[in-house]
Amino acid sequence: MALLELRNIVRSFGDFAAVDGVSMMIESGEFFTLLGPSGCGKTTLLRMIAGFDAPQSGEILLDGKDLVATPPEKRPIHTVFQSYALFPHMTVAQNIAFPLRMRKIGKAEINERVKEALDDVRLSDRGGRFPGELSGGQRQRVALARALVSRPRLLLLDEPLAALDMKLREQMQLELINLQKEVGITFIYVTHDQTEALALSHRIAVMNGGKVEQLDEPSKIYDCPRNRFVADFIGTCNLIEAKVTVAGEEKMVLEIDGLGEVTARNPGGELTGSKGVLALRPEKIKIGQQIALESGENRFRGKVHDFLYMGDVTVYIVEVGEGVHIEALLPNSAAGRPRIFAAGDPVEISWRYDAGVFLND
Amino acid sequence: MPKRLLAASGIAAYLFLYLPLVIVVAYSFNDSRLNAEWVGFTWRWYKALFEDDAMLKAAGNSLFIALTASFAATVLGTMAGYALHRYRLRLLPVLIMAPLAIPEILVGVSLLIFFVAVNLTLGLLSITLSHIAFCIGFVAIVVRSRLAGMDESLPEAARDLGASPWQAFRLVTFPLIAPGILAGALLAFTLSIDDFVITFFTAGVGASTLPLQIYSMIKIAVTPEVNAVSTLLMLLTLFLIVIASRISPDSVRGK
Repeated sequence: MALLELRNIVRSFGDFAAVDGVSMMIESGEFFTLLGPSGCGKTTLLRMIAGFDAPQSGEILLDGKDLVATPPEKRPIHTVFQSYALFPHMTVAQNIAFPLRMRKIGKAEINERVKEALDDVRLSDRGGRFPGELSGGQRQRVALARALVSRPRLLLLDEPLAALDMKLREQMQLELINLQKEVGITFIYVTHDQTEALALSHRIAVMNGGKVEQLDEPSKIYDCPRNRFVADFIGTCNLIEAKVTVAGEEKMVLEIDGLGEVTARNPGGELTGSKGVLALRPEKIKIGQQIALESGENRFRGKVHDFLYMGDVTVYIVEVGEGVHIEALLPNSAAGRPRIFAAGDPVEISWRYDAGVFLND
Repeated sequence: MPKRLLAASGIAAYLFLYLPLVIVVAYSFNDSRLNAEWVGFTWRWYKALFEDDAMLKAAGNSLFIALTASFAATVLGTMAGYALHRYRLRLLPVLIMAPLAIPEILVGVSLLIFFVAVNLTLGLLSITLSHIAFCIGFVAIVVRSRLAGMDESLPEAARDLGASPWQAFRLVTFPLIAPGILAGALLAFTLSIDDFVITFFTAGVGASTLPLQIYSMIKIAVTPEVNAVSTLLMLLTLFLIVIASRISPDSVRGK
């Protein structure tokens, strides 16, 4: 049985459907992420799981038992808030002791477990400090220690790294992954940051407009987006309007305005005549002065329209055919690369037929 | 030049505000019956004050009313402030804030009519009830602004970590807004102890408070004794206001 099951959850505010029929199952021990732009309903969903809000219809089952009528303090679920929500009038140790006190655990045991928790997050010497005296990263660790000290079944994290600067955020991501592995508690993580979601999660639910667009492993989400929204939201992606002219068993031919015919993989189904987009990741496109054509590849000649030097890579926007712009990415360490192309340089680009995904409208 | 002009007008403004008070304080130490010229330093008027039974009784009444009224108004005002913050009801703020804006004289008259209508003998009780009524709004405003400055997720975090709604209030919300509650209480106390208009209408014949007593004394003449009692009243309220402004702004550690 799944640890947490959501069945057809609906929550609207007036006319606005914040969560619009969401169902999913979250397995025990999973690092699960709700990913989406702001207003997609991910935070509302999290608040309903925590018990601060209730769905108008649908069920929230923990170990098969409906939680909807259970108040937040009776749910074995803790939350790490975006603002950390550390009690400013209590010391770090008192903050961590709070959930244990609420469970009427003896003083001696509380002291012991607080000490352990402080050790776990490497803050043993900060127990007597007030939250206001800690750095952002330290506060984050206290919030985690406080939420984990009473061993909840489920930990909810609401954009916990959003307030940290980038360097610290990367370090905290690694710490989170290790921590989750160590404690073995199921995490539900909410974020709008797709790189964070890809880096941390076992599975991701991409949400938009109160609905789940795709629920999958990070690599599936990235490589096989199910629709235009997912392809566009996760990473960078060329979305080229296309129409299927001939659909074979394995391959199919797409007609692209201004470019001509392109071979693509047939995702299955009767697609001849249908319209959609070809979603093509920039890093899967080869770019060079001259590229030898291998079998199964599409190759086009064009010129560099613009480029962005990013340090590790250079992003080229290449104009091919009549006004079709395709973004391609070239690592700057690429062997044999003579120079960085400049705007106006003639180049060739190519990609394998199965590098992209055709998304039917 | 404009800088000097600014300084001069600033000084003039302060003189306008404080010179009358300085004169009152100075003459309270003047060894003369007349507030006309400086004769010499004396404690005489303060001594007289503490031998004046009517004055002492009025002072006792004032303290009793101020303590009772500020306590009751703090309890009720805190609840009102919490409700204002918690529930976005449209009428509630108007109902609580309106008494602050209505002219005092109107409040006084209406309370008088009300007390007569319900057959309540005017006296200490009627004054105290009136003071509670006009202090609630001030306490509510101070408490609400304190609540507005508090991170909403703090009481939620308490609930999330296993606290009942009451525990979340007692262990998290209350300690965090306590400075606001205390500031509201001090404000209520100072408002009550020097209130004249509403007290005047609701006092009846028996009970007198310090401001009423001072007023009845100056009907004859402004005696140095009045200066002395005014000085003491001023010191008390000033002291309380200073404390209130000290505790109110973010005195909670770790903010």
